[in-house]
Amino acid sequence: MAEEITEKKPVKKTVPKKEKNPYVWPDLPFMELMCMIVVMLVLILWSLGMDAPLGEIATPSRTENPAKAPWYFIGLQEILVYFDPWYAGVVVPSIIIVGLMAIPYLDNNPKGVGEYNFSARKFAWINFLVGYAMWMVAIVVGQFMRGPSWFFFWPWEPWDPNIHHAEVLLKNIPFATGLISLVVYFALFYLLPIIFRTKIYKQLDFTRYFVLMTLMALMYAVPIKMVMRQVFHIRYVLVTPWFNI
Amino acid sequence: MSEKSEKKSFKQKMMSGQIWKSIWRHDFEDTGVNRGKVLRSNVFLHLHPIRVPKHAMKIRFTWCMGGITFFAFLVECITGILLMFYYHPTVDMAYLDMKYLMFDVPFGQILRNMHRWGAHLMVFSVMLHMLRVFLTASYKPPREFNWVVGVLLLTLTLLMSFTGYLLPWDQLAFWAITVGTNMGAATPFLGVEGPFSIATKFNDVRFVLLGGTTVGANALLRFYVLHVIAVPVVVCVFMAIHFWRIRKDGGISRPL
Repeated sequence: MAEEITEKKPVKKTVPKKEKNPYVWPDLPFMELMCMIVVMLVLILWSLGMDAPLGEIATPSRTENPAKAPWYFIGLQEILVYFDPWYAGVVVPSIIIVGLMAIPYLDNNPKGVGEYNFSARKFAWINFLVGYAMWMVAIVVGQFMRGPSWFFFWPWEPWDPNIHHAEVLLKNIPFATGLISLVVYFALFYLLPIIFRTKIYKQLDFTRYFVLMTLMALMYAVPIKMVMRQVFHIRYVLVTPWFNI
Repeated sequence: MSEKSEKKSFKQKMMSGQIWKSIWRHDFEDTGVNRGKVLRSNVFLHLHPIRVPKHAMKIRFTWCMGGITFFAFLVECITGILLMFYYHPTVDMAYLDMKYLMFDVPFGQILRNMHRWGAHLMVFSVMLHMLRVFLTASYKPPREFNWVVGVLLLTLTLLMSFTGYLLPWDQLAFWAITVGTNMGAATPFLGVEGPFSIATKFNDVRFVLLGGTTVGANALLRFYVLHVIAVPVVVCVFMAIHFWRIRKDGGISRPL
């Protein structure tokens, strides 16, 4: 009824009155119903066409090789190649969860709400997408390109451990060099945006800036460590009596 | 109205009767007031606002991924409850129950398939939902805390899926959970093999997860209880907060 009244009112000449939002009922619940039906159909067809895997009965004395985690955790299993379990399996996922939670408190750029706006949020988009892509790539590599003993195989190669290149000898970086390079690595993240007076540095207060750069340094350390191991055959950057990184 | 009642159709009679009116708390005439009442007076629909911005109804804006995640959760609940009728969380029975479901229970195979693939779908859609919310900056004030709840829900979704992974008690499950829970033993301070360990293998993180030092009967029972009740209840609580906060934080995000 309220609508009829507004319709009869003469439209203001200067600014056309903002159109009222459309009613939710019945359009949105109808679309939700359609969406449910489509998802249900997809799920039924999927379930008719493909059986859930079931291996042989669990036998603790017979190791499965390769023993793979479910696909959504396989990214973590993949970075076990590059980091020790305490870091790859515990610290990394904890940092990811805390880091994700921290995003809204670190990003104080008010632009882009409610729209896909890359140009207003380049920094946020690029870094988030890089992290997201790393997750996806790790999943794909772990799921489809790792065979027995977690050896790398292209998807078209048979899982034959004998065809595989001989294990390369890995070396560690000496303690002093390792410590210094780690300090330099983090210092670069903290200092470069300041030196180049980037927007990020100007926009953020000290705490936000410090936390953000720490998280970024930690995130980009993962692919860097991968390259160091694959290309330069470095196992640990820092060796201490208590832990190795 | 009652004067003209000779010509009333069955439908009209039914809809003006006491029973019908006691169930639906509104008339059906297509007015703005009734369109609002349909939503507000129905417990299942009442999370909707009365009106919503046009762009919020566009699939290309929302990707419908939050809704699909919730729907996948409901599918998991229903198929999961049905599976529970046929499943014993014991080392002797668990694997046999799988075979029983696959070869003997009517529709058992498709029931298990739907539960398994539905779980994959849920993990997948929750990941895409997070991506969509990030790209549309929907975590910015005043929606920061709802993003935090969302990250918790993502984590809990992965946990639900992971705890369910052990239940078939096959080689895949056993060794995947062995690999996964060995990470617990590597926890700094609280894991027996972790740096700065203050724990023994009988009281560290892995022991808490497994109820033992290796995957066995206690682990199966723990994962079962976590999978079918403990984690889903927590998920329900956080989902309630998540949905409620969407409304309270100003509805779906829109351009400023």
